[in-house]
Amino acid sequence: MTTNHDAHNGAPVSARLGIWAFLATELLLFGALFTAYAQFRITHAELFHQEHLKLNRMLGFLNTLVLLTSSLTIAVGIAAIRRGLQKVLKICLALTLALACGFLFIKYLEWSHDFHQGWFPRTNLFFGLYFMMTGLHGLHVIAGMALMVWLLIKAQRGAFSAEYSTPVEITGLYWHFVDIVWIYLFPLLYLIG
Amino acid sequence: MAAYKIYFVAWSTLLVLTAVTVAVSYLNLGLWNASVALAIASLKAGLVALYFMHLRHEIKLVLGFAVFPFLILGLILVGTLIDAIYRF
Amino acid sequence: MADHATSSLPGDRGYLSEQGWRSWALTMDHKRIGVMYIWTTLGFFVVAGILALLLRLKLLVPGPALFSDHTYNVLFTMHGAMIIFLFIIPAIPSALGNFFIPLLIGCRDVAFPRLNLFSYWIFVAGILVTVGTLVAPMDTGWTFYTPYSTRTSAAVTSLSFGLFLIGMSSILTGLNFIVTIHTMRAPGMSWYRMPLFIWAMYATSVIQVLSTPVIGITFLLLAAERVFGIGIFDPAKGGDPLLFQHFFWFYSHPVVYVMILPAMGIVSEVVPVFARKPIFGYKAIAYSALAIAFIGFLVWGHHMFVSGMSTISGVIFSFLTFFVAVPTGIKIFNWIATLYKGSISFDSPMLYALSFIFLFIIGGLTGLFLGSLATDVHVHDTYFLVAHFHYTMMGGTVMGLFAGLHYWFPKMTGRMFNETWAKNAWWLVVAGFNITFFPMFILGMQGMPRRYAEYPAKYQPLNVVATVGSWFLALGVIIMFANFVRSLRNGEPAPDNPWRGLTLEWQTSSPPPEENFHEIPTVTDWPYGYGNRNEASRDH
Repeated sequence: MTTNHDAHNGAPVSARLGIWAFLATELLLFGALFTAYAQFRITHAELFHQEHLKLNRMLGFLNTLVLLTSSLTIAVGIAAIRRGLQKVLKICLALTLALACGFLFIKYLEWSHDFHQGWFPRTNLFFGLYFMMTGLHGLHVIAGMALMVWLLIKAQRGAFSAEYSTPVEITGLYWHFVDIVWIYLFPLLYLIG
Repeated sequence: MAAYKIYFVAWSTLLVLTAVTVAVSYLNLGLWNASVALAIASLKAGLVALYFMHLRHEIKLVLGFAVFPFLILGLILVGTLIDAIYRF
Repeated sequence: MADHATSSLPGDRGYLSEQGWRSWALTMDHKRIGVMYIWTTLGFFVVAGILALLLRLKLLVPGPALFSDHTYNVLFTMHGAMIIFLFIIPAIPSALGNFFIPLLIGCRDVAFPRLNLFSYWIFVAGILVTVGTLVAPMDTGWTFYTPYSTRTSAAVTSLSFGLFLIGMSSILTGLNFIVTIHTMRAPGMSWYRMPLFIWAMYATSVIQVLSTPVIGITFLLLAAERVFGIGIFDPAKGGDPLLFQHFFWFYSHPVVYVMILPAMGIVSEVVPVFARKPIFGYKAIAYSALAIAFIGFLVWGHHMFVSGMSTISGVIFSFLTFFVAVPTGIKIFNWIATLYKGSISFDSPMLYALSFIFLFIIGGLTGLFLGSLATDVHVHDTYFLVAHFHYTMMGGTVMGLFAGLHYWFPKMTGRMFNETWAKNAWWLVVAGFNITFFPMFILGMQGMPRRYAEYPAKYQPLNVVATVGSWFLALGVIIMFANFVRSLRNGEPAPDNPWRGLTLEWQTSSPPPEENFHEIPTVTDWPYGYGNRNEASRDH
């Protein structure tokens, strides 16, 4: 490692290695849930097929669009701060935060509908996994939102610049990972059950 | 704005792919439904990783950090599923 | 090379200069954090050890004695859970690893010092929750198998939370070490110039980062099972209790290498220093650590041979299990080859390192009995298993830890311990250990099942032997700790390099200054050039 910093990526190598190692743990955290899902989808194929039809495919679709867009906004924000554009960064962070709120609101609509219909985590294996997976993902969204608020406060004080954007960079990577988890959750739960 | 173009291209591709996977889910392809959905999801995840997460320009070491965990994930999937398939 | 590096005045307390609880609780110095881990983990070693002595005391007689059978279950659950999660997993990696990784690779701190302090405090938070629940009491055994753990009235849910926190601490520490080893090595320290302890810690950290999240989600699922009734592990709802075991062992098998690899790293450091010979097969030892870490991910099913797992999985896992023996054997052969024709001095660190090799061979080879399907059916869940894992964990990891504590005590504290008493303690520890645990191999072969509070009278003689052995073992440990504690204040001041070691920690003062090195060293060679020729050329 000749240098801990290269111009192309905003964060030092150590920070990037750190966040990718952290995402590796996140991958295996969700990975075990995906393993459980795979096993029960094989052993209880009929149940999974019937139950997944009960989920609202259009709301899931909408939520995917919302989350994908929030990935775009944070990516643009990072590209902006690498050029020193603090104002664009602040707008992008606020947009990302708003989209995350939107995601959670749609999730709330879905869950309250589920509860209203009497579908609970204890209803059956499919709903157990559905609530577990979307719930854990939702917690990650909330954690991401807390990070966005923290970044916004720091950005407001002018903490970030073209020279220093590490917290924004690694939060961005985390946020994209949360997006990727949803990219898999959506088809597994809503489309192919 | 040109510098941001790549992000918007990636984003619109992602939206199109999402629409495609939803559309395909209404067709009855039997076992292929799951394969197509997972293939599209992987394509989308790849786009996010390469463009939004900048893996395209990353050094090899970071790429290794990003790829190696999938091997371990493969182990737990295969090891658990072999047992489940032969036990039930 | 030692003397010219001494730039501190005699009596300089180095990193220990600052006083007061804040200087410890809020420190970001990896050495102080390491010391806090040492006190915490050794504290639980003592507590869990006392519990073990109580269990052995009860097993002196076949029938009811001392306390009820339920209390027995509670006590061995506490012994197991504490020794595994609060002592042996963090003991070497978090404690000695924290203290010595930056010193051995020649940098001033770990990559993320603040995260390091955070790891320690969530470890403490996890301990508080876990211990609070264990004494509540807990009666599941340390493995928390479903469906019993989903139904018992014991507080499994809060226990899950506590262990989740401890797991997070383990993950963050591993992550920190990985990044530190990648990015912070001293100038000139290429991968093949790294001390073998660093290779071992690297392999360990990879396991911690990649396997711990699986136990994290398993505990979350267990808690969700109890709170929301999701049914994933509940056969009555179509769930699968064996899935719990798959997930549990996907973590808990690799994690036995989290326990043993750092101990192997310490042995790799100690053996060449006290044999005054270059380590034999450096690359083989280095790569075998990585190989053990990787193969460790392939063999978890050998804990489930008699659980009702499918036959084909049993065959596959048994087959793969034997591959672990290959890199392990490579290490042992290389240590023995290092000893061959060396000029060995039997100082206490070396005695413990040699005991590690001897005892771990027994522990490792008996593991092959258990890894083979047919013999496992005979000896599973008997005292044979108990003897096996105590030979690997106590005879292996704890001996490695003791070797490391003696080897690095002068560096950590700036004091020498009393070598005579250290040797006396060693005799008692090793003799007591063998008297305690060797009879258990025989008891297991005769069919005595583990985890029962009472047993048929025919097993009594060997149980008496084992219990008496545990007293010798305890006496040895007491003497060892007393020696350490006494030496903290009254030991002779330690020179910078009491063992004439070539790794970088010996080039700084004892104890090291706050930022480890007055000047970051430049590395020009590997650290094992012992013996006349190489050593002379390095001592310019």
